[in-house]
Amino acid sequence: MTTSKTVKIRKGMNIPLKGEADKVHGTPPVSDTFAIKPTDFHGIRPKLTVKQGDEVLAGSPLFFDKDNPDIVFTSPVSGEIAEIVRGEKRKILDILILADKQNRHVDFPKGNPSNMSREDVIKTLLKSGTWPMIRQRPLDIIANPSDKPKSIFISAFDSNPLAPDMDFVVHGNGDDFQTGLDALAKLTEGRVHLNVRNEQGASKVFLNARNVQVNKVSGPHPAGNVGVQIHHIDPINKGEVVWFVTPQDVLVIGRLFNTGKFDASRMVALAGPGIKKPQYYKTMIGASVKGLINEHATEGNHRIISGNPLTGKKIGKDGYLGFYDAQICVLDEGDHYEFFGWMAPGGNKFSLSRTYPSWLMKSKKYNIDTNLHGEHRAFVMSGQYEKVFPMDIFPVYLIKAIMANDIEKMEELGIYEVAPEDFALCEFVCTSKIDVQDVVRKGLDQIRIENAPAKHH
Amino acid sequence: MKFLRNLLDNIKPNFEKGGKFEKYYPVYDGIETFLFVPNHTTKIGSHIRDAIDLKRTMMTVIIALLPCMLFGMWNVGHQHYLAIGEMAGLGDGLMDKFLFGLIRVLPIIAVSYIVGLSIEFVFCIIKKHTINEGFLVSGLLIPMVMPVDVPLWMVGVGTAFAVIIGKEVFGGTGMNVLNPALTARAFLFFAYPTKMSGNMVWIDTNVASDSGKHIVDGFSGATPLGNLAELVSLDRTSARAAEIHQMIAPDGIHSLYNSFMGFIPGSIGETSALACLIGAVILIITGIGSLRIMASMFAGGLTMAMLFNAWDANMFMEVNAIHQLMLGGFMFGMVFMATDPVSAAQTPTGKIIYGFLAGFLAIMIRVFNPAYPEGVMLAILFMNVMAPLIDHYVVDANVKRRMKRLKTA
Repeated sequence: MTTSKTVKIRKGMNIPLKGEADKVHGTPPVSDTFAIKPTDFHGIRPKLTVKQGDEVLAGSPLFFDKDNPDIVFTSPVSGEIAEIVRGEKRKILDILILADKQNRHVDFPKGNPSNMSREDVIKTLLKSGTWPMIRQRPLDIIANPSDKPKSIFISAFDSNPLAPDMDFVVHGNGDDFQTGLDALAKLTEGRVHLNVRNEQGASKVFLNARNVQVNKVSGPHPAGNVGVQIHHIDPINKGEVVWFVTPQDVLVIGRLFNTGKFDASRMVALAGPGIKKPQYYKTMIGASVKGLINEHATEGNHRIISGNPLTGKKIGKDGYLGFYDAQICVLDEGDHYEFFGWMAPGGNKFSLSRTYPSWLMKSKKYNIDTNLHGEHRAFVMSGQYEKVFPMDIFPVYLIKAIMANDIEKMEELGIYEVAPEDFALCEFVCTSKIDVQDVVRKGLDQIRIENAPAKHH
Repeated sequence: MKFLRNLLDNIKPNFEKGGKFEKYYPVYDGIETFLFVPNHTTKIGSHIRDAIDLKRTMMTVIIALLPCMLFGMWNVGHQHYLAIGEMAGLGDGLMDKFLFGLIRVLPIIAVSYIVGLSIEFVFCIIKKHTINEGFLVSGLLIPMVMPVDVPLWMVGVGTAFAVIIGKEVFGGTGMNVLNPALTARAFLFFAYPTKMSGNMVWIDTNVASDSGKHIVDGFSGATPLGNLAELVSLDRTSARAAEIHQMIAPDGIHSLYNSFMGFIPGSIGETSALACLIGAVILIITGIGSLRIMASMFAGGLTMAMLFNAWDANMFMEVNAIHQLMLGGFMFGMVFMATDPVSAAQTPTGKIIYGFLAGFLAIMIRVFNPAYPEGVMLAILFMNVMAPLIDHYVVDANVKRRMKRLKTA
């Protein structure tokens, strides 16, 4: 229907990590506890609406954002609030729900979003707790329902290491996906961009999507990052807002309108060098990973990550799947010393630089553990960031502007277009072991405070 | 390994907070992390990290420097024996020449490292920093750009100046504006000019008088550039001019071939363009050295030399452009000094401008200032100072492009 764009990304790199998930569905052990973690939603101030012992249905509110009370967060399952886990300064970490055997749902209005008004679509999304699935650039936070985005982006592929194959994940869900797209199309006067990978034939679900502009994006990671796609297709200038949603969240939104239920099911890739048989499992947002890990992880000292190894969050063996995550990674904890490790040839180590023989072994996969491989140092760069950062932005200068708290410089150098995940590869390749994503997050938070109404000051 | 690890673990508490030698923790840390890559794991951000660190980076530069160093050692011996008229053939006394050079060069390297590292350790203890790897490379670069006859105390003074004034006053590794090794060279050049240039310093002739051997008749000891600089003030028809032209002719002692291979007098590590090129290949393949800087500096030097060829105002300008670049420290500076990631330009476009101007200026200074034939060092130092300005304009252009997008949107 609309003219599609083709974007070729040249900079970047695919990290050859061992343990990619086979495209097979496994049967997951039944999870009886679920957790919703307010910390998954950056920048909100949670206000609880439940207490321990309360009964909830799938779709019942658990808490809302104090700064924007319309944005509510709901339970993925029906059951009883088992515990509110708090951390320092009584910060809410987890809301644990003990699930019923049978999942009972709150009923939301069904209907074809194409025939609904924008306001009704927004109202349904907000009430059901699916609104938080819509996020925005700049700032990389939950979208503000009172904004009018200039466009909405969906990256139909994930290029992160060991990421789930979205073509496989959406297979057979064409109807729900299309309904989700129709709902999103209501939210913007601009276009909904659906960006598929150019290299292989993408899923029919994506290619046959209506009501959207399908763009083709090729190249190594971070080509799948929505920020990179926005930068090349419809870049953000100061004052503009673009929203984005992941394909699985589009499915949840689609099912909401098709069935009137908040159905939090999610296909998850269980992957990584610490997993015996990496494959896919159908589970739900907030599910406990305990059973999966106990059953499938190898012996050893592991790190369990909800999300991918570049941007995911560390969770324990008893942890829970994050709200936005479609991947659980198990890596070896690299807390070991290595005699002359920096000097040894290092045939089993991976590096973008060609100071290790890994560059000669193109197809080799590596068991990369969580060792930092060195120590923090002052910025000494030999053009590494530029090799993996496919935007017309100078990454090192932007990072330095953030470190120097220079708001004006940050704006000039392009902070409105980036999110921490866009810098994940820079962080990976950094010789000086600088925590680049954390720097970017702090910069975005500072920009947010600067641009916020007076109450935040 | 186990034994070493246990030893380190046993003495560690003495250096940690509350320990007897708490103050000296940076020294302990320096040694520990030299021996073992620490057990640190990722805490925030990316869970996995590239295997490279600053130690690996610096080690790669040192490996790239080895051909220059080894050739330099041999050449020190070769030039010495040439001067006393023994084993003049290239293949003669390979081992003798190398050992002679080794004995001459090792003390210079040792002094550079001992003085430099001592100062770094002291600074780290005072400032409670961890010890940085930066000096591992500077410590070898400094001897490579010294004349072999330089007194050891002078190497020490130059190194101290480079580390303190060139680096630590700016905040240490990663913060310096100027390349530390070039700072050492420039400081010594201006502080002790007689020991750093002229005819007497490039070839080790001390031994000759000690051992009763004699320097051959007609031996000058000047570097090719020293000779060529004379051309500027000479009459085209003079006998001396003819003599110098003979030196750089294809069968002369400073022929293009000899200059490329490095069989000429000069600073210890910088005479062989071939050795520099081997280093360049290592740096470019590993991704540690910037191809942009090297290539554009070569292009800049070549452009200036060709412009001089065309202009032809004096006989120095007539030197074949390629030959011009093979002489003196041009290739060494191009590969190892201009590419220093800290003091060079940072932006991709900036690197090209920076490199080109460094090469351009190097040849210009060399030819225009006969009293100071080695222009490369000054050109690079000057461009070190200009690099932030170049980057500023490159970044500014990016910002303007971004602003324009807003207006047209």
